[in-house]
Amino acid sequence: MSKVVRREDDFLNRRNELKNLSDKELKERFWKLANKIVDPLVDLAKNNTSPSIERSVLLRMGFSSIEIKQIVDKVIDLDLMKKGAGHVVYFISSKLGIPIRQAGMELVEGKHIDLLKEKF
Amino acid sequence: MKKLDIREILSNLENYRPKRKGWTWREKGSFEYGPFTYQDASKPMKNSIALPGARNLNDIDPQPDSVITTEIASGRFEDDIRRMRMAAWHGADHLMVIRTAGQSHFDGLLEGTPQGIGGIPVTRKQVRAQRKALDMIEEEVGRPLNYHSYVSGVAGPEIAVMFAEEGVNGAHQDPQYNVLYRNINMIRSFVDAAESKKIMASANILQIDGAHNANATARDAWKVMPELLVQHAINSVFSERSGMNKEDIALSTVPPAAPPAPDLKLNLPYAVALREFFSDYKMRAQMNTKYMDSSTREATVTHVLNLLISKLTSADIQSTITPDEGRNVPWHMYNIEATDTAKQAMIGMDDILSMVELKDSGYLYETKREIQERAILFMEEVLEYGGYFEAVEAGMFVDSGEYPERNADGIAREIDGGLSSGSVYERDEDYLAPVSAHFGYNNFAQYGVDNPSDLIDGCTLEKPEKIVFIDELDESDNVYLRLDETKKYRNSNLLKPEVEWLADGTVQVDITLPTDIRTAEYAAIEIGKIMNLSEVEVIHKEVLHPVEGSRIQLKGKVDFDIDISKLVIPKKIPVLSEDEIRDAIKKKSMTIVAATVGEDEHSVGLREIIDIKHGGIEKYGIDIHYLGTSCSIEKLIDAAIELDVEAVLMSTIISHDDIHYRTMKKAHDYATEKGVRDKIQIIAGGTQVSRDLALETGVDDAFGRGTKGLHVATSLIKNRK
Repeated sequence: MSKVVRREDDFLNRRNELKNLSDKELKERFWKLANKIVDPLVDLAKNNTSPSIERSVLLRMGFSSIEIKQIVDKVIDLDLMKKGAGHVVYFISSKLGIPIRQAGMELVEGKHIDLLKEKF
Repeated sequence: MKKLDIREILSNLENYRPKRKGWTWREKGSFEYGPFTYQDASKPMKNSIALPGARNLNDIDPQPDSVITTEIASGRFEDDIRRMRMAAWHGADHLMVIRTAGQSHFDGLLEGTPQGIGGIPVTRKQVRAQRKALDMIEEEVGRPLNYHSYVSGVAGPEIAVMFAEEGVNGAHQDPQYNVLYRNINMIRSFVDAAESKKIMASANILQIDGAHNANATARDAWKVMPELLVQHAINSVFSERSGMNKEDIALSTVPPAAPPAPDLKLNLPYAVALREFFSDYKMRAQMNTKYMDSSTREATVTHVLNLLISKLTSADIQSTITPDEGRNVPWHMYNIEATDTAKQAMIGMDDILSMVELKDSGYLYETKREIQERAILFMEEVLEYGGYFEAVEAGMFVDSGEYPERNADGIAREIDGGLSSGSVYERDEDYLAPVSAHFGYNNFAQYGVDNPSDLIDGCTLEKPEKIVFIDELDESDNVYLRLDETKKYRNSNLLKPEVEWLADGTVQVDITLPTDIRTAEYAAIEIGKIMNLSEVEVIHKEVLHPVEGSRIQLKGKVDFDIDISKLVIPKKIPVLSEDEIRDAIKKKSMTIVAATVGEDEHSVGLREIIDIKHGGIEKYGIDIHYLGTSCSIEKLIDAAIELDVEAVLMSTIISHDDIHYRTMKKAHDYATEKGVRDKIQIIAGGTQVSRDLALETGVDDAFGRGTKGLHVATSLIKNRK
């Protein structure tokens, strides 16, 4: 439900600050405001991840659409999303010297949990 | 030429790689087509289908400079492919496939080839098959074809990766669409969107935003204009900050109003306001859908006005909406009509800005400025609320008031609500993603590399051989079963009408009844049933007069097919070469008389057949006595006798109540009565003349629409008495 209240069109009052700006100044103000609105959204995206992002990482690592779901579900269970699902798989693979795909599928089977607990 | 073989496209698909990645614009410039030079044009196509009127201009098919989009949504990708081929030949080079209803709420990638509703389930297999088909079709038409779908919903980043891998060239991506119209959690939507955009940027996928949805949703679409600028700005800046180049960011802009509202008065200032502020970005001009009803004529006129605005301002991509969208999921022929409408209108308005210019004072300037100021005030209040999320939560967006006016009926979403809320995780200091095109914090330095994907010896974006292709997951819903069902009609002698799927059997019937609209509607349904149509449905009705007449358009299905091996098709008559005709006339000269007969003042058609300047038969040395228009049959035949000619050419354009055939018979009878019929050839012609019916009247030969002098001269020589 909308929380804003009804309001008559008071454009003529509100525009006072804008009416003397040149077209160029108006445009600059528009883009300055747009960037200001977007700043926190960009920061949010930089510092967070999601199941779909992590699945997309695994997809790029050579897993199928079915496998990426299983791996990310496992990583969520292990509370390791903050490390990156690709990271978790890469770590198993590099630590044990096994191929990336094998590492991912063995993780789904519940293997190498101790190794992960030790690292993270 | 062969039809597309869907099974051939599907074979060895697991190993198919797209020919190229990224968006392609047309080669723009000044180009000559026939006798004309076009300024806002692009390179000619290798194969294309010209507009109907081009018949009188040597079939020239001038191409405008904007990319033309067509949206395809049959729900069966194998039928979409055939429609793409048709549309590409008519001039569409941006083929957009709509996703099946509900895909944006599916948490993951779909696979296989299941059938969709109002679009296809976008899967790797379908995308790859369509891209493969387009790779073939673009060779035929001789220009690159851009393939497009959607990166939205809760699986955006995965879809973006799949699109980047498969050579998809354009995609919609706008987190605001998720938030406002799909009620997907806003935090999740923006976090996902940055990753999606970064991935799209890596493959130069052109992005189109989702702001046009506000116009389609708002109660009074023209009042939402200030907010549209804000939505465009938020997505554009967010995209750039996620790694996209400005030239890969396109605004989906729609003229919000449509007639009978004063279209240009409302839409033109908005278009100017938008293009002035967003001069660094690309414009994808969409057409109005908000005020579309079931009349294809009305929709077409609105869309031509939209095209006028595109030409007066700018459009890098000219989208099209099929004129039947107000009454059914678009049919083949309406995709073609929409594409042709865009091509025809843009070429017709070629170089308009060298002749007219937009005023920079008065109503246009003031209104443009007002929209811009209202948009700025909107953004200031977004910040007063504490930012974008808080403003959405308060219900600032898609309010039906013209900002700052407010009707308190906007779309409000909770920051912590919506689908997939609470599904975002903060990255730790040692967070890592060992792949390319990853947005944001990524600590690969901890493993001592400069490039994250070096850790895994390259990801799929560099090494496509790592992509895992899944074929089919559902044995009861896939393309092979659908192909089996319609096998009878593939590469066979059998033909069945269709509008969207092979052999769907659907036909459209246009009926006028001399009664009121309600009676007409029910009478028309009965007529459809008596015509043996099943699933009869009224798709359009129009009052011609409250009691004198109503027009009804029906759709229904037929359950028969036509065996073309049993079809009697009259042979095309071979024409003689120009030299053969000249030689024949040289050997024996020929004199004829010609006239438009009856009470008929049309002269253009006959003049084109006889005049040397139109390539008419004069040029072969035939001596012609032209008697003008409204010539009586008696006068024509008497003149033929007096001048002792070999033949008469009679033109008859008016066809009401079959008057043209009766006139032909009269000519035959009168010449017979005069005893000269065996000496004089009678040749008839006219736009509504069917050769078979005309020959029944006794004339020697007859010609309809599209006839050239060469055809008539051939006949004159071959039928010499």
